[in-house]
Amino acid sequence: MARAWVYGDNIDTDALAPGHTLVMPLDEMASHCLEALDPTFAGEVKPGDVFVAGENMGMGSAREVAPSALKHLGVSVVLAKSFARIFYRNAFNVGLPVFFFPQADEIHMGDDLIVDILTGKVHNLTTDKTYHVTPLPPHLAGIIRDGGLIPHLKKKLIKQ
Amino acid sequence: MALTLVQKILARAAGRDSVSPGDIVTAQVDLLMAHDSSGPRRWMPHLEALGAPLKDPNKIVIVTDHFVPAVDPQSAAILKTTRDFVKSQGIQHFYDMQGISHIVLPEHGFLKPGMFVCGGDSHSPTGGAFGCYIAGFGYTDMVAIAVTGETWVQVPETIRVNWSGAFGAGVAAKDVMLFLCRELGMDNSFKVVEFGGDMVRAMDMAERMVLTNMAAELGCDTGLIEPDETTLIHIKAHGGAVDGDALSWRSDAGAPYTALHHFDASALEPHVAAPHSPANSAPVTEHSGQSVDQCYIGACTGAKLSDLHMVAEVLKGRCVSPQTRLLVAPASTKTTAAAAADGTLEILTAAGAILLPTGCGACAGMGAGVLADGEICIASINRNFKGRMGHANSQVYLASPYTVAASALAGRIADPRDVL
Ligand code: SF4
Repeated sequence: MARAWVYGDNIDTDALAPGHTLVMPLDEMASHCLEALDPTFAGEVKPGDVFVAGENMGMGSAREVAPSALKHLGVSVVLAKSFARIFYRNAFNVGLPVFFFPQADEIHMGDDLIVDILTGKVHNLTTDKTYHVTPLPPHLAGIIRDGGLIPHLKKKLIKQ
Repeated sequence: MALTLVQKILARAAGRDSVSPGDIVTAQVDLLMAHDSSGPRRWMPHLEALGAPLKDPNKIVIVTDHFVPAVDPQSAAILKTTRDFVKSQGIQHFYDMQGISHIVLPEHGFLKPGMFVCGGDSHSPTGGAFGCYIAGFGYTDMVAIAVTGETWVQVPETIRVNWSGAFGAGVAAKDVMLFLCRELGMDNSFKVVEFGGDMVRAMDMAERMVLTNMAAELGCDTGLIEPDETTLIHIKAHGGAVDGDALSWRSDAGAPYTALHHFDASALEPHVAAPHSPANSAPVTEHSGQSVDQCYIGACTGAKLSDLHMVAEVLKGRCVSPQTRLLVAPASTKTTAAAAADGTLEILTAAGAILLPTGCGACAGMGAGVLADGEICIASINRNFKGRMGHANSQVYLASPYTVAASALAGRIADPRDVL
């Protein structure tokens, strides 16, 4: 069971990893995650929680520390109506699974969710509704299975 | 089968006859670009974990632009890491404090039509003005590309935007993009935008690069402009080699565009995007009178020589209002040198503009010129997300260099058509 943190459209990477934090170690940077939008988020999000957003999640810069900050804070999966391309790739690369989730509006802040990333089943315990997301394409599922792009690539390089 | 330009480039890079939107292909990478923020300091731990060498250091261009010049021990350490890495890896193409990466690449003739290029920065699409595919990637992707020489790509759909007619006074490419962010929205992932029409053909490369730069704000994977003589002349003048078939990199007649738009440049007004989104744009008259604490000319979007010329056109013989300040951070050292040589800098400084070092500066909220709590700025940069240029409670309006300069004279947002 995990808590849903629900935000709107166009959550940008400056909000997830503000420019002034880019010199900081990840630990310190993550404590500023989303501070301009919701100053309580970084302090209260718990390991396993689910981040839910609307359209164009992660728009903005190429900074990979944006999904890294979410993962570092314990976010287990991101559900959004749509994603900015670079954020989408970066999330998988750091081992954070993200899914296209058109019904994001039906999830509310604080709902209890169970997300099974293997089967793609999302169960909202608060509303008792169940959803099925499109499973990950094989090249991305492989990256998540190995815990991110670097361990995935290392495995490949060793095989060669 | 008729193909769009991006399909042709990806088919070539993937070693196929043709590709269709939605296909996932593995593309061979012709060139990589990384800067001090997303480059070596982030690559090194990954490279160590992989224990693998760079596949081809000659295909890598490294630029320092985000943390230059160093302002504290942390930024100095990031720059030192970058310099040490370049030396130890034998990377020849290194541009240290020479300008913003997206401007430095074409200044040195690196980009040419048909290339498949990966950049470690979201405004990499700037280079698409040269008819190549160049998109932004995070640093883990970049490390994997540096080691393997390839990456996966989902073939994007193409939005075609045609502009005809000519701009009125005080209107520039930046206004086109602020208008398009509102019209097309910022959620165009897994699509590219291709700009064309006689207005785009009439533009020089500097103006075309403003269009492709802000393809990033449209949320597009990249922006592209089909090459023509203007493109080839620019590449050759900057030391690049041009292949005989360079002009064949264009979309076929009847190519499958996912959307096709036509706009009339002569009807376009100077635009301003209010906080906190580039899509929050309207004709300048809607915001005229808004007071501004700072006016900023900078970034890969709005501080090239042609941008400084626009500022000079407005400022010549006039003075910046004591109610505000005008900061200018030229996009490259070549820009500064050219602006010094042709008298532009003299006009700017005589009007009271304050010259800052070349680099990303305040655009990324970390260099000289960041904003305090509650301050309001009008800037020629490309994005104005909350907290972008400094304090989380500062506000940024986006506009063309003409409009920023006119606002500097008035101390409040002003219409450049009134002073030109
Ligand atoms: S100038 Fe601004 S937008 Fe351009 S690369 Fe630098 S930080 Fe990014």
